[in-house]
Amino acid sequence: MDKYSLFNLFNHARNYHENWQRAWRNPTPKKVYDVVIVGGGAHGLATAYYLAKVHGITNVAVVEKGYLGGGNTARNTTIIRSNYLWDEAAQLYEFALKLWEDMSQDLNFNVMFSQRGVLNLGHSLQDMRDIERRVNANRLNGIDGEVLQTNEIQDLVPLLNCSPDARYPVLGASWQPRGGTARHDAVAWGYARAADAMGVDLLQQTEVTGIRRSNGEVVGVETNNGFIGARKVACVTAGNSGVMAAMVGLRLPIESRPLQALVSEPLKPCLDTVVMSNAVHGYISQSDKGDLVVGAGVDAYNGYGQRGSFNVIEHTVQAICELFPAFSRVRMNRQWGGIVDTCPDACPIVSKTSVKGLYFNCGWGTGGFKSTPGSGYVFAHTVANDNPHPMAAPFNIDRFSSGALIDEHGAAGVAH
Amino acid sequence: MQRNRLATGGRIDRQQSVSFTFNGKTYQGFKGDTLASALLANGVDVVARSFKYGRPRGIVGHGAEEPNAIFQLGKGAETVPNLRATQVELYEGLDAYSTSGWPSVDFDVMGSLGALGRLMPPGFYYKTFMRPKKLWMTYEHFIRKAAGLGKAPLEADPDTYDKLNQHCDVLVVGAGPAGIAAAREAASTGARVIIADEQNEMGGSLLASTHSIGDQLAATWLVEQLAELSALDNVLLLPRSTVFGYYDHNFLAVLERRTDHLGLTADKGSRQRMHRVRAKQVVLATGAIERPLVFANNDVPGVMLASSVSTYVNRYGVAPGTALVVFTTNDKAYQTAIDWHQSGRIVKAVVDSRPAPCGAIVKAVQALGIAVITGSGVIDVVGKKRVQAAKIAALSDDGQEIRGEIQTLECDLIASSGGWSPAIHLSSHTGAKPRWNDSVVGFVPGESMQQERSAGAGKGTFSTAACLYEGASAGVEAAKLAGFGDGLVSFVTPSTQELPEEAQQALFLVPHTKTSSRAPAQFVDYQLDVTAAGIELAAREGYESVEHVKRYTAMGFGTDQGKLGNINGMAILSKALGQSMPETGTTIFRPSYTPSTFGAIAGRDVRALFDPERYTATHRWHESKGAAWEDVGQWKRPWYFPRGSESIHDAVNRECLAVRNSVGILDASTLGKIDIQGPDAAEFITRIYTNSYLKLAAGKCRYGVMLKEDGMIFDDGVTACLGENHYLMFTTTGGAAGVLAWLELWVQTEWPELQVYFTSVTDHWTTATVTGPNARKVIAKVCEDVDLSAEAFKFMDWRDGTVAGVKARIFRISFTGELSYEVNVPAHYGRHIWEALVSAGEEFDITPYGTETMHVLRAEKGFIIAGQDTDGSVTPADMNMNWVVGKTKTFSFLGKRSLARSDSARENRKQLVGLKTLEPSTVLPEGAQIVNDPNEPIPMAMQGHVTSSYFSANLNHSIAMAVVKGGLTRMGEVVYCPLADGRTVAAEIVSSVFYDPKGERQNV
Ligand SMILES: Cc1cc2nc3c(=O)[nH]c(=O)nc-3n(C[C@H](O)[C@H](O)[C@H](O)COP(=O)(O)OP(=O)(O)OC[C@H]3O[C@@H](n4cnc5c(N)ncnc54)[C@H](O)[C@@H]3O)c2cc1C
Repeated sequence: MDKYSLFNLFNHARNYHENWQRAWRNPTPKKVYDVVIVGGGAHGLATAYYLAKVHGITNVAVVEKGYLGGGNTARNTTIIRSNYLWDEAAQLYEFALKLWEDMSQDLNFNVMFSQRGVLNLGHSLQDMRDIERRVNANRLNGIDGEVLQTNEIQDLVPLLNCSPDARYPVLGASWQPRGGTARHDAVAWGYARAADAMGVDLLQQTEVTGIRRSNGEVVGVETNNGFIGARKVACVTAGNSGVMAAMVGLRLPIESRPLQALVSEPLKPCLDTVVMSNAVHGYISQSDKGDLVVGAGVDAYNGYGQRGSFNVIEHTVQAICELFPAFSRVRMNRQWGGIVDTCPDACPIVSKTSVKGLYFNCGWGTGGFKSTPGSGYVFAHTVANDNPHPMAAPFNIDRFSSGALIDEHGAAGVAH
Repeated sequence: MQRNRLATGGRIDRQQSVSFTFNGKTYQGFKGDTLASALLANGVDVVARSFKYGRPRGIVGHGAEEPNAIFQLGKGAETVPNLRATQVELYEGLDAYSTSGWPSVDFDVMGSLGALGRLMPPGFYYKTFMRPKKLWMTYEHFIRKAAGLGKAPLEADPDTYDKLNQHCDVLVVGAGPAGIAAAREAASTGARVIIADEQNEMGGSLLASTHSIGDQLAATWLVEQLAELSALDNVLLLPRSTVFGYYDHNFLAVLERRTDHLGLTADKGSRQRMHRVRAKQVVLATGAIERPLVFANNDVPGVMLASSVSTYVNRYGVAPGTALVVFTTNDKAYQTAIDWHQSGRIVKAVVDSRPAPCGAIVKAVQALGIAVITGSGVIDVVGKKRVQAAKIAALSDDGQEIRGEIQTLECDLIASSGGWSPAIHLSSHTGAKPRWNDSVVGFVPGESMQQERSAGAGKGTFSTAACLYEGASAGVEAAKLAGFGDGLVSFVTPSTQELPEEAQQALFLVPHTKTSSRAPAQFVDYQLDVTAAGIELAAREGYESVEHVKRYTAMGFGTDQGKLGNINGMAILSKALGQSMPETGTTIFRPSYTPSTFGAIAGRDVRALFDPERYTATHRWHESKGAAWEDVGQWKRPWYFPRGSESIHDAVNRECLAVRNSVGILDASTLGKIDIQGPDAAEFITRIYTNSYLKLAAGKCRYGVMLKEDGMIFDDGVTACLGENHYLMFTTTGGAAGVLAWLELWVQTEWPELQVYFTSVTDHWTTATVTGPNARKVIAKVCEDVDLSAEAFKFMDWRDGTVAGVKARIFRISFTGELSYEVNVPAHYGRHIWEALVSAGEEFDITPYGTETMHVLRAEKGFIIAGQDTDGSVTPADMNMNWVVGKTKTFSFLGKRSLARSDSARENRKQLVGLKTLEPSTVLPEGAQIVNDPNEPIPMAMQGHVTSSYFSANLNHSIAMAVVKGGLTRMGEVVYCPLADGRTVAAEIVSSVFYDPKGERQNV
């Protein structure tokens, strides 16, 4: 694998960049793999990477129906934070955040993890109670964060409407300085390249159409390119998880719905942190390219068309104009949608299933990008050992029958 | 001096001179100019610097495809960033600024560091800036500064925007020949037609055409057609209106720019209007966009699209140069040579990549004495800030290799044409998968997913006659499917005397003597500095999917969204991978077709109208008493009523004491009220709440808790039986809409057999809560027809009666734990009743109180607030409220099954308790987390948290409600709250009922 560095860039520049190696191979599928990972999003690729790196399992294929990282990974607004309310979730997201902090160096791929800080605004007394509660819990869990007053928020975000005359005035916010954003494609590519270098086969344009079993155990996957044998099958297919589960007659407590996002035209830097408002319902940051990146809401209906309704976009843009009256003259360049897999408690499923050799990692819904490294790490452990990683255990699918839900919409239920 | 302005011609009004500034310098143009045509008329070559390499850039196109001329207009609150000069109509006083170039576009520091460009191939940032790790935020700071085009305004938008919902039978998008024919034909059937076009004038390609239609000039034909269309009542013409998105169920978003051609802000009315169009049928007549050829240094100012050169000459009377070289793969661009020649300027040559073109137009050009250099291409450009010469080489028959010598031809303008790409964006928004068409050399719309069809150049049909016919057919077809007409074309296609065309050549990247990686940059996407070498590099590195290439190189991510570059990029990728265009495929187009103003998408629903503010009928009274407000859901509720300079603390203490010692009055009108009727009403309510309502008699009330399927508390409130099959359900203020939706969900989707109907009556009623030991005396003064005695009118009863002359419902329910009467009257009488109660209470010093006092008083009683003490993760048992769960119920209720799940039934769940701080005056902050051992290192094992906390003036110590693991079995234990400010507050676990534990005071 070519090492990426400024020095090497100089070297290659001398040869007009004609000699860069491929970031990953385009392999022909083997007959059988120890693990077939279905879904080449960032979570699937991270799972492959940690299987190889931590567990030494390299006879692995990632099977992706489209192109690597083309699902929600490529569509999300890349907000990263770990200030979740409940211990179980906070622990997992914080573990992920720590991995983010070293990811570029670990993968030798600059994922542009930008710790510019995340603000969650409060607009009502109850919002503020919830914020206090969450920040207190974070602090006692060792997660950075504080509650900011309106004037402190205004200093951080000069264009935010902090006037008491706003329809829902900003009363305060939680502030997690270590949170931020990252370059989503780079995360997928970085994991792909590093996994490939350890021998993982990345099979693109390969759609899993069935899961073959023998004596109740998984033996492989049917694909549009033929059968691929597998001792274990790990599904990381986000919005399509219900469809995958149905292949073996399982039902997941998942609803798949369109979630939309949009970007403005590129602007000079005008917003230096991530601003999220659950109550006014707008999420915004500015990408390194200068686009304002805005997260919209989820559509009210289930579906698989990667498009949402326009009224959701209208409402989101209203929220942005309400929070940032100066952005009203800025223009929307592009909008799109992805299909998110949401669980009733807004927490993921990282779990074995009743089918031997079949594992699911899904339900990250509207907010799983931030967990990518953590998700891949604990899922790789779960698959490798056929036993949940301790941090993954609370996210077992059994919780929906036991009732041990981890309800993250209550107080911290911010969508991204 | 407009040195490039032709003496005659064009659609501009030479009588109306318009002055404007660009980068601080004043210029003149004419009415009818765009900012781009006026700049070209004035000979302004360099309008921008490129994003990565700082290269000088000029105007390339004339419409939505323009990648370079992206300007900031105006200053201050009015400023608009990133406007495309080709789409900005000139007006007096317009001031525009480049959005790139430092210190200026003419001299740019980055541009002078040109050689560094080699260090910035696509994706270089993925490969660098990783060490030292700490420095990334600094690197990023500079990357951010270098990126971005214009600047966001720093002040609130002075303009307003509005929306119209439109319904029509046929929406025609695009008013070129195909669109006009479609609209005419559809309208002739009587169908309601809307025709929208993004330009200021309708006519599309005809606006720059020198041809004739029938025996008229195209321009004259156009005037007649538009006049006919405008005269029809069933046709709405929307010029300056961009259809920017095509959504499901034939919903299209159309942005009309109402005043942008007059100035930055609207003098009166809205600046822009969004038409939300629901069309039965749609005709997409969106035309095509010319594709430039990719050759070395093809970004030097003076390299333009052939059709743009023609447009500037014919439509604007501007000749952007003196000596022209046309470089083409097709017959169409020969017209540019003719147009240029006729404008009196020199055509140096037409360079045609095809080995032996001999079509009619080729001959016509040769007949004008213009040299045609066949089988050749422009492979490189001489010049930096303006084209000085074209380097021309003979090419192999397929155009892929250089054969023979290179000649240099001096010129200052190169018009290039690699063919035309149909504008399939809107069709693509619907999910239709574009198809590659070899003879069009472009993607054409895929099979329709919605009620739409394409016509004309947007479908790859290029002759005007064919466009007219196709448009007409599409128009009648659409009308027929919408229920109008017989589907037969009545329109006779006029003759257009167009010359027959020869086949074009599929050429995208023009070869150079060196490979792309070593040749001077050959630009594919101007705005993002994506080159052919960059695309080849991406392919070499394994980024093979067209989406990967797009994302790795940023091709097509600009504000032009790849309208010029994408097809070329895909072709270069296909070649690099040795695959065909259909195999490579295209990226998916997404709204907006061109960028659309946030403000217009938001419309009127901003500022005060962002979310309606709801006021109760007594709002003004509260206001006159100086109430401080709390937002609860959409409602403005009095939070407290400060007297004089009282602090919230003092006011709330005073209000709390008043209620417990005499009487207070609360505006409780905001509580949700749902009127429930039907033979199955009691059954339904009983399934929704955890307790039974089957035996609740008329005149009685009952408190209930509703759970979600998971057994967790969702809302609570009192329901009264008003009569047979008639109930009134009270919900929390914030929960009202959610509860109504919940009820509807269950009855509509799960229990359709139940006959029960809901009506939200929240704001039909004013509710005045009179509470305190003197409450009965106050009510007695204004109500004579109800026996208020404790025996006749008990706690949890309700009565009809007359209060201060108004028919009222009086409920004896209490959220304070005191003797309480909730007087409900139709909201119109609200203020009257309120004032009557207040004056009746005067002798008892009746005290209006707000939500804060309400919260304190109920907390003294340990009453929960759903949403504050509950958070969607607590059961009734957790709230110590098992008494409200009908355990012996023979029926089931929502959430019942979940209550028996192992986790819901386990011990040591978090349970509602009271907390008393050891230091009685210390009030715990709400949201404080609770631990057993204050000295435990982080992470600490949290036991629960404080849900509600106040100072109780009645008890003279602080009180708090909290959920604590196993709390109900831990009475008397001391727990700790480590706070953010470093303090740790110790508190004792106590019962959550602090006041009147037996509940005697409300029962008197
Ligand atoms: C608009 C939007 C905004 C968001 N914003 C944020 C945010 O700000 N912060 C945040 O943390 N999260 C955010 N998210 C959520 C986040 O994107 C996802 O949780 C996360 O990307 C999921 O990653 P993944 O790898 O599991 O899924 P994906 O990237 O969707 O990967 C799943 C892959 O499985 C493939 N696949 C599916 N079925 C098959 C099959 N049968 N065979 C083969 N392959 C298959 C798909 O093609 C896809 O590539 C957002 C999501 C959206 C849609």
